[in-house]
Amino acid sequence: MTADPAANPTADAHYDHPHPRKGFFTDTSICIGCKACEVACKEWNRNPVDSDYELLGSSYDNTGALGANTWRHVAFIEQGAEQIDRARESGRALVDLGMPRVGPPEGAASSKTTSQGTIPVTQAAAAGCGSGGGGCGCGGSPSPEDSADSSDGQGPESPVAASVHPDTPDFRWLMSSDVCKHCTHAGCLDVCPTGALFRTEYGTVVVQDDVCNGCGTCVAGCPFGVIERRSDGVFEPKNQRDSPPVPDTVKVPQHGVAQKCTLCYDRMKNDQTPACAQACPTTSIKYGDHDSMAATARERVAQLHEQGKTEARLYGANPNDGVGGTGSVFLLLDEPETYGLPPDPRVPTADLPYMFKRAGMAVAGMLAVGAVAFASGGRR
Amino acid sequence: MGTSFGRGGATQSLQDMANADCIVIQGSNMAECHPVGFQWVTEAKARGAKIIHVDPRFTRTTAVSDKHLPIRVGSDIALLGGLINYVLTHDLWFHEYVLAYTNAATIINDDYRDPEDLEGLFSGYDPDSGTYEHTSWSYRTAPGYEDEGAQDSGEDEHGDQKSGRAGGDEHGSGGPPLNTNHPDRDESLQDPNTVLQILKRHYARYTPEMVRDTCGISLEDFDYLARAVTENSGRERTTCFAYAVGWTHHTLGAQFIRTAAVLQLLLGNVGRPGGGIMALRGHASIQGSTDIPTLFNLLPGYLPMPSVDKESFDEYVDAIAVKKQKGFWAEAEAYTVSLLKAWWGDAAQEDNGWAYDYMPRLNGPHGTYQTVMAMLKDEVEGYFVLGQNPAIGSANGRLQRLGMSHLKWLVVRDFNLIESATWWKDGPEIATGELRTEDIDTEVFFFPAANHVEKAGTFTQTQRLLQWRHQAVNPPGDCQSELQFFFELGKRLRAKLADSRDERDRPLQELTWDYPLLPEGEPDPRAVLAEINGRHLTGPDKGKPLSSYTQMKADGSTDGGCWIYTGVYADGQNHAADRKPGREQDEIASEWGWAWPANRRILYNRASADPEGKPWSERKKLIWWDAQHKRWTGPDVPDFPVDKDPAARPDPDLGGAAALSGDDPFIMQADGKGWLFAPRGMVDGPLPTHYEPQESPVVNPLYAQQQNPARELFPHPGNLSAPEPGTPQAEVYPYMFTTYRLTEQHTAGGMSRWLPYLSELQPEMFCEVSPELAAECGLEPYGWATIVSPRSAIEAKVLVTDRMTPLDIGGRTVHQIGLPYHWGQGGDAVVTGDAANDLLGITLDPNVHIQESKVGTCDIRPGRRPRGPEVLELVSEYQERAGLTPSTSNTKVTDPQRELTAEQTEDGSQ
Repeated sequence: MTADPAANPTADAHYDHPHPRKGFFTDTSICIGCKACEVACKEWNRNPVDSDYELLGSSYDNTGALGANTWRHVAFIEQGAEQIDRARESGRALVDLGMPRVGPPEGAASSKTTSQGTIPVTQAAAAGCGSGGGGCGCGGSPSPEDSADSSDGQGPESPVAASVHPDTPDFRWLMSSDVCKHCTHAGCLDVCPTGALFRTEYGTVVVQDDVCNGCGTCVAGCPFGVIERRSDGVFEPKNQRDSPPVPDTVKVPQHGVAQKCTLCYDRMKNDQTPACAQACPTTSIKYGDHDSMAATARERVAQLHEQGKTEARLYGANPNDGVGGTGSVFLLLDEPETYGLPPDPRVPTADLPYMFKRAGMAVAGMLAVGAVAFASGGRR
Repeated sequence: MGTSFGRGGATQSLQDMANADCIVIQGSNMAECHPVGFQWVTEAKARGAKIIHVDPRFTRTTAVSDKHLPIRVGSDIALLGGLINYVLTHDLWFHEYVLAYTNAATIINDDYRDPEDLEGLFSGYDPDSGTYEHTSWSYRTAPGYEDEGAQDSGEDEHGDQKSGRAGGDEHGSGGPPLNTNHPDRDESLQDPNTVLQILKRHYARYTPEMVRDTCGISLEDFDYLARAVTENSGRERTTCFAYAVGWTHHTLGAQFIRTAAVLQLLLGNVGRPGGGIMALRGHASIQGSTDIPTLFNLLPGYLPMPSVDKESFDEYVDAIAVKKQKGFWAEAEAYTVSLLKAWWGDAAQEDNGWAYDYMPRLNGPHGTYQTVMAMLKDEVEGYFVLGQNPAIGSANGRLQRLGMSHLKWLVVRDFNLIESATWWKDGPEIATGELRTEDIDTEVFFFPAANHVEKAGTFTQTQRLLQWRHQAVNPPGDCQSELQFFFELGKRLRAKLADSRDERDRPLQELTWDYPLLPEGEPDPRAVLAEINGRHLTGPDKGKPLSSYTQMKADGSTDGGCWIYTGVYADGQNHAADRKPGREQDEIASEWGWAWPANRRILYNRASADPEGKPWSERKKLIWWDAQHKRWTGPDVPDFPVDKDPAARPDPDLGGAAALSGDDPFIMQADGKGWLFAPRGMVDGPLPTHYEPQESPVVNPLYAQQQNPARELFPHPGNLSAPEPGTPQAEVYPYMFTTYRLTEQHTAGGMSRWLPYLSELQPEMFCEVSPELAAECGLEPYGWATIVSPRSAIEAKVLVTDRMTPLDIGGRTVHQIGLPYHWGQGGDAVVTGDAANDLLGITLDPNVHIQESKVGTCDIRPGRRPRGPEVLELVSEYQERAGLTPSTSNTKVTDPQRELTAEQTEDGSQ
């Protein structure tokens, strides 16, 4: 399905025997905010805690954001009716971009009806620009298997049709588990001067902590603010069962080194599911071949739109976005900004040719000016 | 549930919830507290089911539900009774099912009087003891059988005796016995004393308007719920209810569940795929802790604990069940003899009543709260605290801690130095000066415990499924499993008593205590499970495991430690360790673990077929009668005698399973039917009736009787209750509060607050309040608040959130405050804080002695609580303003003049 070889980072990295690209599909519409992903991640990777043990003042979120120690992070967002309407409109607008209109069946308040709309929805969803329209060059390829979803078998009496409108319209509590995007064009990897960051045979991006010198260039290179340097924290649980209690000042491993999600590279090599996906009770976090994850994600968006939940949209599934599409695909129920995600992420190195060209022109210009000055001076 | 259906466990598996067309989650925050089981709700939703969450708060469960109905805490019977009324008045009940499988057509005694006639009391109330006498609730005996006389049944006892044993617990695996084998029925349902007619009258006032004014649920929302439930019930569709401690932790908790049972029976949703009532039990083996009980009043398999009035084995057995009566409970003698043979082996013989006299006997209730009260009176010397943290996790934490300070010795077995082990040095009472460490005489022993990955054994989880845990690592240091601890304790006690000639030591001396040891020196847990399963003791199969409880004999030729678990070790195989992956078997997944009874996954599944034995519909078929082979068949194990013809109508006097008719799907009930009306088994009424909680700002809109008149009270200066509503003093504690768990922490924190990875996710005690309440009281978001109840004052950070909704209750705005209860004061955990349960009082449900910990009243004010002794002054300043004494709100009958006179007038008019 990934027709463009340039979009396949594994091939791009010149692996002789590329594995299929692996990735997550995080479906926030079925996330129950249990944070099992956060805990499983820290347990497996033995990451330090990330906390002063105080309420952050952000609903049930007390770890704040992704960072050097927190590689999965669940956001909690409480929203009233106005924001829900806005989200529904913006999601619908994504669908409406030059496409036949889609919406709930006849009689529902949002009136836009057609039973043929699924394929266009899929296209729009595949575009997945998530930026509320415009500016990011949507153009995903429709996939034939998605059209199977355009069934109109849901009669007005069916439970699905009956719940076309979310039944609690005035309030909702969004939960979303964020993670490293494992970009097709990864800013962190591009700017790493030591080669500590590398592209794995699965198309993911991993830090080699014994190579990293802690320069921090990658931190500025990530358009999502995912990668960070590890500074402090508590590593050992207070009472390790086999040893005497350790003081809070126990040495943090890889102190000063840049850290982020490895998509459980070590587990992957043993055909194991990453810890977060393994622990997720509702399959909100799915793991598999990137192509099939993206396809599943498109189907799910189409299904939700069919149910009238037009607020659903994809994030990261567009290979033409500023990072060439991400390995971790998300289904969101509002604008990306709501979840603290950049609406239009862009790998900083994308501007390099342009910058080189501009810099080259500037140099040439200055040389020319110098030459002119020199020449004209000579005439004096 | 035991009283309604015959067994006190969830009626189906969690996996079966995926088959539901509508799921109502009420009294449970399933996504947060049972996140793994919740995957089947997610699956049901993906298949098109409607998910409705009825809860005072908008929780993580609500976030993924279709609809939220905010409800006032403690008003669930009003809502469910409203649904029953809706079903009856709109004639939406499943006629064929109800007529054949429930006691709808059974006729009740003419003496029965309903709370509708008596201002909130049922007939038979004794104001002196505050309990009920049940005779007037009995079935009427059919004409021609009046002479069979009162059956030789222990259940003709008075309510106070039964309550003294928490008799409601005993129906965990078998319904109560009846007064007659030949109840009178009117299949036309016209007799005014048929159960259905009584139901109609009883719930006639439970209208949508009454629901609105009692629960705070709008007419539109009620209509939504009623339509969702009724449209998704019937031949083709099923609705499932799920509850947890949001229903049980009330003074009428058992009746909450009964209301749901009545509704589900009327809708024909019991014994069928995607139906039933999912009882979500607490942690990994809470179901197991009632099957093989940690309760004072039960023996394994829900056999009752002997009481002092049952002097002999025969008296004891006769009181459990009438042998002439229908159903498998009639074989209780075989189960009891097998149990006693498992415990005392050759020392249990027929001539000594199978060692019946070796068992201790109850002379009253000895539940945890009665025990705490006795501690305060210096009547208890020692206390084992295992797998619990009463200083934080039990209601009225202050009394729990003060009680422990009266002990001579205290043993705490836990992973960590929990607050129940450290209250003597850094508990709240040390801070207030009520206790001084140097004055406390209690000797505290701490034993480190092995955790669940450090020991092997079984968990019996919420759906009665036994799953074997394999040991992953050896426990570190001195940590021990419970099995090893008690095995060693028993060995030491027996060694001390080895030479004793005292009769009272014989039970210990003669106990079978001979488990084989593993190489590491631990007793082999598989040997324990095999003993629980039971063996043939004589005959050609001597020594071989039993394969079913039907093989148990009352002649001493079998043993078995828990009859309902018989079969888990059939053929010498540990079926709890069966691990066939789901993808390799059908959806019932019979080869994953082992479920009691007899590995049935959906109970009462005979009801999944119509009276003739045909599935009600293709979509909902599970078990059906194969007329050709004369057998019940289907993917699940039939919960019915497998070769009993649907048309069979044997003589009820045959007794036992043989007496069951072919259309008696509730095989543990004495009449084989599901009980809409419970003539026996409930000590506080045969039908669920709305009463207000012990503490409520609302006057009972239905009856003069304010609270459950049979609730158990503990008047004590440390256990004061708020004044009755409607008085100026009641406004001292104007708000309702409810307590609950969060996903990130585990109950009283022993398993989570010592773990940094979990503690960082929910680090601090907080309260959840609506923006309206925050404005009313001047509370700042994420600032501090002090919450004062009639017992205590605690502080918490404030979460102001739209997830809390003020409710309009009959013109009054009722604010509810949410309080998670995980934190406690102490110095050892990673995170500490004030304990919500300190606010709670101790008032109990009379059926099962469960405390009302889901609701109380309080005041809330901005700022931190005072430190040191000043916090006591704050609490007593409130108490004085409210004029509280130990008798406040602690009279059982609210308005004797109206209620008791009503009864007399009724009687006089006879």
